Amino acid sequence: MKQITLFLLAMLFIVSCQTSTKDKDNKTATSKTETEQTDNSLSIFQLPSEWETQEDETIELESLKGNVLAVVMIYTSCQAACPRLVADMKNIQEKVGDNTKKPVKYVFVSIDPETDTPQRFKEFSVENNMTDDKWLFLRSSEDNTREFANVLAVQYKEISPIDFSHSNIISVFDENGVLVHQQEGLGVDNDETIQAIQELAS
Amino acid sequence: MKNIIVFILVLCGGLGFSQTAMQSIKGGSFVPLYGLKEDSLVVVEPFYMDKTPVTNKEYLEFVNQNKLWKKSKVPALYADDRYLQNWSNDTSFAKNQENYPVTNVSWFAAKNYCAAQGKRLPTLNEWEFAAMASPEEIDARKDAAFTSKILSGYETPNTYLQNVGEDEANYWGVHNLHGMVWEWTSDFNSVMLSSENRNNNDTNLFCGAGAIGASDLMNYAAFMRYAMRASVKAKYSMQNMGFRCAKNK
Repeated sequence: MKQITLFLLAMLFIVSCQTSTKDKDNKTATSKTETEQTDNSLSIFQLPSEWETQEDETIELESLKGNVLAVVMIYTSCQAACPRLVADMKNIQEKVGDNTKKPVKYVFVSIDPETDTPQRFKEFSVENNMTDDKWLFLRSSEDNTREFANVLAVQYKEISPIDFSHSNIISVFDENGVLVHQQEGLGVDNDETIQAIQELAS
Repeated sequence: MKNIIVFILVLCGGLGFSQTAMQSIKGGSFVPLYGLKEDSLVVVEPFYMDKTPVTNKEYLEFVNQNKLWKKSKVPALYADDRYLQNWSNDTSFAKNQENYPVTNVSWFAAKNYCAAQGKRLPTLNEWEFAAMASPEEIDARKDAAFTSKILSGYETPNTYLQNVGEDEANYWGVHNLHGMVWEWTSDFNSVMLSSENRNNNDTNLFCGAGAIGASDLMNYAAFMRYAMRASVKAKYSMQNMGFRCAKNK
């Protein structure tokens, strides 16, 4: 394994020497991608599940490749913690800004897929001023949702149809779908998450 | 395409791929010992449950059909590096362990195994419902002898090193729910016993001190299981953790 990495690095070195006329930023971007690819067996893009968006489109997670992802699991009828999580995500987005080199998507995954229909999510996105395409709202089957929660190590339990209990985690994935950072808890400092996204998206 | 695959799987199932025999569980209602809400009655619909935990031999058949789940192929997303740790390579384990329960399998692996058999993992409530039965009673939790036997099983090391199905079956005809391995359930992670507090302490799976408040042995046994479930993650592969499958009626 080490040898392969060394070999890749050597290759990169050669390649970067050849392209030394190109601008510096380009080169850094390439080398970063190469290192991250060694971790692809950890990528969430391997999950075969299909998800519906707030635009009523069906996608696989793999179609998000190339985007840095900030992901949180919520449900729109939530009264207590979720508004806080939404506020956290908006705060993070604001600090990160729109001018990142790589695109960043802010993803909300429903833990109440029955209630959170694409229509419901659409309304929710309008109510919360999250209408442009960096905001993504997803729902899938209960089984796929459970699997996704397990990938994120998010715990949740249905208490009653409209009141879920769950742990509050914002997860950051790199452009290859590998989990890089998790922020746990409500009202915690968003700085580390923001920094993680900025580093990945630069 | 998916339909074709499902069809083929069903066909294979029908053509006698060795499948664990299932027992019918009539269902009913019970009050789980550690639910989120105390004293809430849980209704368990009738279902089928594998008579025994999935064995090494059965799991090998699955691995042979589904290359993704070979020890050397399994993505790190789905299993940590202890996956099938006690198998000597992708397709072999000690000869005498054929009928031992397969262990060191992650939740993802267990889930996919059951799906490949046209089954699913039992829910936590289904598992607990089936497991509260002694050979004589549907709910033997008040029986001190039953509970202390469960607890003594928890204290015995290496209980996964034995053939499945050799203990006395419980009321439902199901074996080895106690005294062999911890078992994955589909929603194992759904009860939060503030495992977050122990986040950086993965090796310390049980926090015995936490159970001091538990009123009696019966609670203590259930507490052990719930605490264990709350402390594991879906990609963990553990020496003493196996699984069995279930199915809707």
